[in-house]
Amino acid sequence: MSSLVDCATWLAAACIGLAMLPATWRVIRGPAAQDRVLGLDSLYMSAMQMLLVFGIRSASGVYFEVALLIALFGFVGSVALAKFLLRGEVIEP
Amino acid sequence: MRHAPVLAAVLVAMWLVLNDTLAPGQVLLGVLCALVLGGWAARMRPLRPVLRRPHLALGLLWAVFVDILRSNIGVGRIVLGLVRRRVIHSGFLDIPIDLHDPHGLAVLATIITSTPGTVWVDHDPGRRVLRLHILDLADEASWIRLIKERYERPLIRIFQS
Amino acid sequence: MTGIDSPWVAVPVALLLLAGGLLTLVGSIGLLRLRDFQARMHGASMGGTLGLGCVIVAAVIGASAAAGRFMPHALLITVFVVMTAPATAMLLMRASLYRARAKSAAAPQDVIER
Repeated sequence: MSSLVDCATWLAAACIGLAMLPATWRVIRGPAAQDRVLGLDSLYMSAMQMLLVFGIRSASGVYFEVALLIALFGFVGSVALAKFLLRGEVIEP
Repeated sequence: MRHAPVLAAVLVAMWLVLNDTLAPGQVLLGVLCALVLGGWAARMRPLRPVLRRPHLALGLLWAVFVDILRSNIGVGRIVLGLVRRRVIHSGFLDIPIDLHDPHGLAVLATIITSTPGTVWVDHDPGRRVLRLHILDLADEASWIRLIKERYERPLIRIFQS
Repeated sequence: MTGIDSPWVAVPVALLLLAGGLLTLVGSIGLLRLRDFQARMHGASMGGTLGLGCVIVAAVIGASAAAGRFMPHALLITVFVVMTAPATAMLLMRASLYRARAKSAAAPQDVIER
């Protein structure tokens, strides 16, 4: 591993880790339920990126598979939660 | 059983990439799974996409790529407060739209969602109105022009006429 | 592990990683700073589009250099995210509008601002 890529993976992981903090704030504090769902959505996106960065660091394929699973299950979770909040039409006749 | 050649090819490619192999046994198993699952999936979908001018998709893809770069920079500037000369107003925008092919609308939804700064809200097929939420609603006419000329026109030419 | 040491691989991978991380961070700051829910969705979609895209391209280049052949695995994540992101965004937007309307209809004389 060249020191340049080593450095870049650390910085990228730090950025993504910092990016998880506002998303966590939205999950905890809301204010509305849809904010929490949006926070969760952006939290799993960040987690996926973090795993991909780890995968580049370690040059192993295991992280990729976990990232793929997070992508699939995160989507299902977000859609289920959003669908739960939704019981109506949007454009009124 | 109906056949879905494109779907089956995509499934085989995905199978081989996930297994990271080109061994004949895996290829055979993948082709078998893809044909059976693709056939089932095709039976569940009554509508089939008709691609009239698929070559136009390349130009559209490039335009979308450029717009993703541009809109990410635009939203980033707004978030970081680098746009100081004016107040940013966000809001809803209704756009009259002539695209009615479901697959074309699905592609349009994907484009609009993947460019930050615009989010798809609703499409009314009766009134043929598309409602978007736009972060920087300074110039409505230019947003309408962007959606209609850059995205809708190639999509109509690909999927409809 | 020899491929990734070459500057032709290391420089693009490093630049893409930094760009991806910074874009995700800026989008996430938008999640904190933007005023209403609909505006916050734009911030969240920054990390999910170009931020994730940069990291995925970096992962593809890095894995290909490390293995000595083309490894397109990470592109599958792009396919899934591109296909699923519109559904999530659309449902969340509809949910927020529905809830806002239901709330204003249910409590028309609410004097206390939440």
